[in-house]
Amino acid sequence: MKRFACAVALWVGLWGGLTAFSPVAVNDALITGDTLPAKLSEFGLLINGRTPNDGVRPYKLNTPLFSDYALKYRFAYVPGGTKVAWRDAGSLDFPVGSVLVKSFGYPADMRKPDEGVRMIETRLLIHRASGWVALPYVWDADGKDATLKRSGQRMDVSWTHLDGKPRTVSYAVPNVNQCKGCHDAGGVLTPIGPKGRNLNDGAQLQAWVTAGLLDRVPANAPAVARFDDVKAPLDARARAYLDINCGHCHNRAGPANTSGLWLDWEQPVGVNLGLGKRPTAAGRGSGDRDFAIAPGHPDQSYMVYRMQSLDSGIAMPELGRNMVHDEGVALVSDWIKTLK
Amino acid sequence: MKPSPFVLAATLIAFSTPVFAGTISVAAGPDAQERLQAALIDAKPGDMVEIGAGRFDLTDGLSLDVDKVTVRGAGPSATILSFKNQKGAGEGLLITSDDVVVRGFAVEDSKGDGIKSKGANRIVYHDLRVEWTGGPKETNGAYGLYPVESRDVLIDGVTVKGASDAGIYVGQSTNIIVRNSTAMFNVAGIEIENSYNADVHSNIAMHNTGGILVFDLPNLPQMGGHSVRVFSNRVAKNDTANFAPKGNIVASVPVGTGVMVMANRDVVVFGNALEDNQSANVTLTSYRQAFTDTTYNPMPRNVTVRDNMHGRSGFAPAYGGSPEVNAMLAAGQFAVLWDGLDQTPATLRVTDKVSVISMGFPRQGAGAEEAKPAPADLSQTAAMAEPSPVIMPASMEAAIK
Repeated sequence: MKRFACAVALWVGLWGGLTAFSPVAVNDALITGDTLPAKLSEFGLLINGRTPNDGVRPYKLNTPLFSDYALKYRFAYVPGGTKVAWRDAGSLDFPVGSVLVKSFGYPADMRKPDEGVRMIETRLLIHRASGWVALPYVWDADGKDATLKRSGQRMDVSWTHLDGKPRTVSYAVPNVNQCKGCHDAGGVLTPIGPKGRNLNDGAQLQAWVTAGLLDRVPANAPAVARFDDVKAPLDARARAYLDINCGHCHNRAGPANTSGLWLDWEQPVGVNLGLGKRPTAAGRGSGDRDFAIAPGHPDQSYMVYRMQSLDSGIAMPELGRNMVHDEGVALVSDWIKTLK
Repeated sequence: MKPSPFVLAATLIAFSTPVFAGTISVAAGPDAQERLQAALIDAKPGDMVEIGAGRFDLTDGLSLDVDKVTVRGAGPSATILSFKNQKGAGEGLLITSDDVVVRGFAVEDSKGDGIKSKGANRIVYHDLRVEWTGGPKETNGAYGLYPVESRDVLIDGVTVKGASDAGIYVGQSTNIIVRNSTAMFNVAGIEIENSYNADVHSNIAMHNTGGILVFDLPNLPQMGGHSVRVFSNRVAKNDTANFAPKGNIVASVPVGTGVMVMANRDVVVFGNALEDNQSANVTLTSYRQAFTDTTYNPMPRNVTVRDNMHGRSGFAPAYGGSPEVNAMLAAGQFAVLWDGLDQTPATLRVTDKVSVISMGFPRQGAGAEEAKPAPADLSQTAAMAEPSPVIMPASMEAAIK
């Protein structure tokens, strides 16, 4: 009976305000159908790139993927009457009909991140009965809607950075194959970010449970560190960073499995984590260095060399990075210095 | 109910139409990146993506993830995909679907690998050219063709020049044929690595650092490379100085290496024309670096070298040993070089009527300074069963008929 009441509360929570505040409801039929809508607005998921429709919930990751300093706005939509299921490893289990929404934008000045944000793109991961589908939408010039761009696009984006200096990047919207280039586990398209350990900040998931969106959170649920939390242990921060920035490809079932370099959170310390690991197919990505990680010596570790490069024959990650993430390089370098 | 004559006729027409369900044509011109990538995304199983003659200036990597698609150009000198201005992606073209045929075009100057296929079973590479047009340079991409983690790989009639690792590289795959192809001015011409059941035949490997390599490396998902036949190839004048970035395994290959077998079992090298390889026409060696992977076997086992034609060999060996050792090796002009690690029972058999030198290394991982070279005779090793010929599924052979 209590469960029923909860479900009713969820129903009201998700749908109650809809007619009052939103012009259009989330279009469940479109989400679960088999078409590829040309316009983002057709789904009714967002009011604009940063504002969700009713029933679409914003969420945060402890440590996000670096995306050329773009600001990212994440939302999850779970259809009424269903719940996300907790999973100890990998992504939480989102029911069919769910959508993960991620908008990318740049403010005019990174020191005022809420002002003058130019929306670039919004990516949808849609869970259909046939599996997850990845769709990239590029925001139109007038900023009113976004258009499906399955073959990707490049555009120059400029802003004033945190140090007050101007920055410009050749921003790459991925094509749908490139979406799968990262969102791939054993050949199956799969979410990366919303793993329990990366959503677990001590409050967020509990709020999901309270809202009836998630079935449960174990008392001892794992949590990765925030990579920029200077109070957290260096090892935890670096492993969190490698997990989200590298581990989606570099794991036993991912697109980079054949390298034998596995950087996911679960990977034990050893050769396959990179310590004393010689290059396999790195080519000039080796940078004349013998090991992915030469313990104690970031300047002798080709992992760092590849993070510092912008040459597409060298740079890692291969996709979605057209700038050096200075803070990430510093973190991984500091961590390698401590390794023995 | 009997089918009406109309339905019957329609069925007959359906069966007599060409193999391709549909053809998507892409012509050279502006926005080549977006148009070609869109075609590769929109293609349906059974379709052909036809790339017109001309030069396509591409700004990012291309990728194909649809099964049963043929990508066909107007010929490797007519249809040129140039990646000179590539800004992203680790290769020119990435294929991640099954039953794909790529043929009739060239990939030039990709920043990373030329064409990579991963987890792409029954893939056919035919009538292609992959080239770094500035000649051998350390800044060239690593592999020309790079099929990995795939079953049934057919490479036929391709030319690869300038790769800073291997021109044609097949890794962690099973059931492989590389034939009728040309590899020149690469660090390694053709390399079969951590793979099972490969026939490498009727190729030309010249002016690389090393001609044809059969390798196995530790700490990888697929190890224990075996059952490789290297035959009827011309492996000659591999005289390009090693330009591989250091750290990579091929950076350790001495200039003038003809065929090199490292840490594999059940390998036969026969009927090849081998000449003018300054270090050795044939090298049989263990993996020489330190490793901790207890599941890895660093030794060459069950290797037969027979019925090859040998020209000049070993006249300027480049193993990095002492001057005395190098002088001794150069004076001997040995055709076959073996690292000399003891094997009991012996499983390396060389019946070519040529000189064999043992480097006399005392153990796996010994440094060049520990070599104690001495002439050796491997002709008395008992004959061994050889691997069976590799046969591709009929559909793959039919695709290039």
